[in-house]
Amino acid sequence: MTDGKAKSTPLLDIRNLRIEATVYPPGEAPKTITLVHDVSLTLEKGKVLGLIGESGAGKSTIGLSAMGYGRGGVRITGGEVILNGRDILKGGKEGFRKLRGREVCYVAQSAAAAFNPAHRLMDQVVEATLLHGTATRAEAEKRAIALFKKLSLPNPETIGERFPHQVSGGQLQRVMTAMALCSEPDLIVFDEPTTALDVTTQIDVLSAIKDAIRDTHVAALYITHDLAVVAQVSDEIMVLRHGRLVEWGGTRQIIKEPRQEYTNALVSVHEIEHAEQNPGATPFLSVKNVTAAYGGGQVKVLKNVSVDIYPGQTLAVVGESGSGKSTLARAITGLLPPEQGTVTFDGRPLANRLADRPKEDLRQLQMIYQMADVAMNPRQTVGTIIGRPLEFYFGIRGRERDRRVAELLDEIEMGKGFVDRYPAELSGGQKQRVCIARSLAAKPKLIICDEVTSALDPLVANGILKLLLNLQQHEKVAYLFITHDLATVKSIADSIAVMYRGEVVRYGSKSKVLTPPFDAYTDLLLSSVPEMEIGWLEKAIKGRRMASAGN
Amino acid sequence: MSSPILKLIAQRIALGIILLLAISVLIFAGTQILPGDVAQAILGQSATPESLANLREQLGLNDPAYIRYFHWLGGVLTGDLGTAMSSGQDIATSIKGRLWNTLFLAFWAAIVAVPLAIALGLTAVRYRNGWVDKLISGLALASTSFPEFFIGYLLVYFFAVKWQIFPAISTVYEGMPFGERMQAIALPATALTLVVLAHMMRMTRAAILNVMQSAYVETAELKGLSAFSVIRKHAFPNAIAPIINVVMLNLAYLIVGVVVVEVIFVYPGMGQYLVDHVTKRDVPVVQAVGLIFAAVYISLNIIADIAAIVANPRLRHPK
Repeated sequence: MTDGKAKSTPLLDIRNLRIEATVYPPGEAPKTITLVHDVSLTLEKGKVLGLIGESGAGKSTIGLSAMGYGRGGVRITGGEVILNGRDILKGGKEGFRKLRGREVCYVAQSAAAAFNPAHRLMDQVVEATLLHGTATRAEAEKRAIALFKKLSLPNPETIGERFPHQVSGGQLQRVMTAMALCSEPDLIVFDEPTTALDVTTQIDVLSAIKDAIRDTHVAALYITHDLAVVAQVSDEIMVLRHGRLVEWGGTRQIIKEPRQEYTNALVSVHEIEHAEQNPGATPFLSVKNVTAAYGGGQVKVLKNVSVDIYPGQTLAVVGESGSGKSTLARAITGLLPPEQGTVTFDGRPLANRLADRPKEDLRQLQMIYQMADVAMNPRQTVGTIIGRPLEFYFGIRGRERDRRVAELLDEIEMGKGFVDRYPAELSGGQKQRVCIARSLAAKPKLIICDEVTSALDPLVANGILKLLLNLQQHEKVAYLFITHDLATVKSIADSIAVMYRGEVVRYGSKSKVLTPPFDAYTDLLLSSVPEMEIGWLEKAIKGRRMASAGN
Repeated sequence: MSSPILKLIAQRIALGIILLLAISVLIFAGTQILPGDVAQAILGQSATPESLANLREQLGLNDPAYIRYFHWLGGVLTGDLGTAMSSGQDIATSIKGRLWNTLFLAFWAAIVAVPLAIALGLTAVRYRNGWVDKLISGLALASTSFPEFFIGYLLVYFFAVKWQIFPAISTVYEGMPFGERMQAIALPATALTLVVLAHMMRMTRAAILNVMQSAYVETAELKGLSAFSVIRKHAFPNAIAPIINVVMLNLAYLIVGVVVVEVIFVYPGMGQYLVDHVTKRDVPVVQAVGLIFAAVYISLNIIADIAAIVANPRLRHPK
């Protein structure tokens, strides 16, 4: 490679890119909206550019434009996309097809959904290579196996014979990376490749991707909303907001000396000061030796779990997917009656089954879910949704109900104007706020929050956490806060239960749980949380004591 | 490894057998409820009470119903479907040729209709919402919306009367040369194809469109596959289960629902045989044909179920 020459002609040169889409708002004439406003970028051969921003920032749209692709009616209406010295937008459909899978490959957010369930992995991995005729089948398979090895997949020789459902999510994400590398492209577009993974798996995949990029000299556009992740793999970072460029610079400059206020907000997110409260004398809800199973006792998902919740405090339950966090919530609410053990509330045992609990017990335990938009009836207005618990539990109707709804809307920092809106007319953060108001309307002692901020952008999630903390002070409500995100735990918890494979492996006050010495699993969990620091990834991988469950 | 799949298939087959037995009970009970007496029907108005009693004894009509049912069922299981009252002929022998004719017609109609419907469905998806899609859907719906007798008479009018390419009456006989036989069934097979085409085509289109939203279809597009390869290689295999289901339903229709078409073209198949004997009130024949139709219907549905199970990679290759 001749460096001087590579610099003079960049691999990818996007100039004044404008992307538009037609939207069809209900009851209105179709209108054209602009998703990307005249964004320009260049990428040298073998370099990695991180595209970062919140949802709606246009980062995926820009990434896909390098392949001439627009999702669902999205059109590139202006500018040039110059790849290897030619404007690909002038090549037409035939031209796009020749470069997709050959010069530019794509790694999707959810490999589990992006692999075809009907075909074996190997057939899918070599498909693009064979299609473009760059290698024979035998050569392509040999190359694929070498890539499986490089990405440290288990059984690299035989994993290709498996079907997607037979391989874990973290492994699939690496197979997808191998699939992108197999046709030896010049550029790979990584679209949130680790976002859907557990934090302990994310670090493995991230490191595998980073090594593969380094060894194959492929250039990459790395799209994510997580600045700490992108700081580990990128040479440069571009911050986007609402389809416009905010800031573009070297990785060190962006995370250490951000020049724009918005970048600064992204960098400093997650920092909420929350002083730990001491547990009171008696817990109001005690889970004692609870064991629960699915499939009529066949699959034990909770093993002998005991935790206490104190009035007005937050117990955070952390762990990877499949560790039994949400099952614990289901056991407490009675949705999954425990096989053994008891749940006591205010000194008396709660009925195991939801159907056996009186209305008053139901009122005291409320839930908020991860997916706010599917937790609400799309055909009811915000007023009806929040008013429903008032009618159901307290029989409050008419003007009194409207007054309470207005109060609740005020508490979640949303104005009166939202009463007549439908869920579809709200943003993700607003939807979650409405769900919070709905649970507060029942005046419960405990709200179970199941990954309530996981589907939200960091800044919005931050707002929700602050709101929850404020509400706790006013309403004296306790939270059982289920999450896989340790940064969230640090900012909200009073006590923490770490779960691993259905068991509580570490439990106590926040300060106690987060103070060394750690058990092996807690150590793995804590050391896997990406930090906004260059070189963190290598350090974290080196310091590990146990492998993650995703492998 | 394949034990869960074998278990599922065994369950389906066992369920099918139970269902078939239940239907045999229904058919038997239904014919018992009908007024009239077999012995009376055979001997006619002039029968003496003695000869009636003798024949009843001979036919076992004095036995309780459940004994007669098992007697009948035992006969069916050993290939003895009884004797037709109207002609006195053995039912199994006369049905054999008829069933063969019906299957022959259904087979050739299916050979044309199924691939054509799926190909049209794939094409409609490829050019979705364009004029090709609308043309295919429009024509297919129009052909289904016409009553089958109307299509039949249209075909007869043009191909038999006006242009005289094919015969209007589809007479076939044993030992008929294959070419002539094919010429004879050309019109009824075309009519049947037109009747079942749209249903299968629309279902293929809908099932594939449903899959086209998936992320793996986008992956395939981003590999540079052509639009048709994406549909054929990546969408179609995942839409196969609902398509097989609707194909099997239509195959069943081709066998058990062809009465009208067979009558129009005077084709000596099961449908015509059934209609003839219903008018003659020949209960044993109606029972036998009803049972055969039920068996065909249930077996094709079992095949559809099994095909859907086998087509699912999660069941074929468990973790």
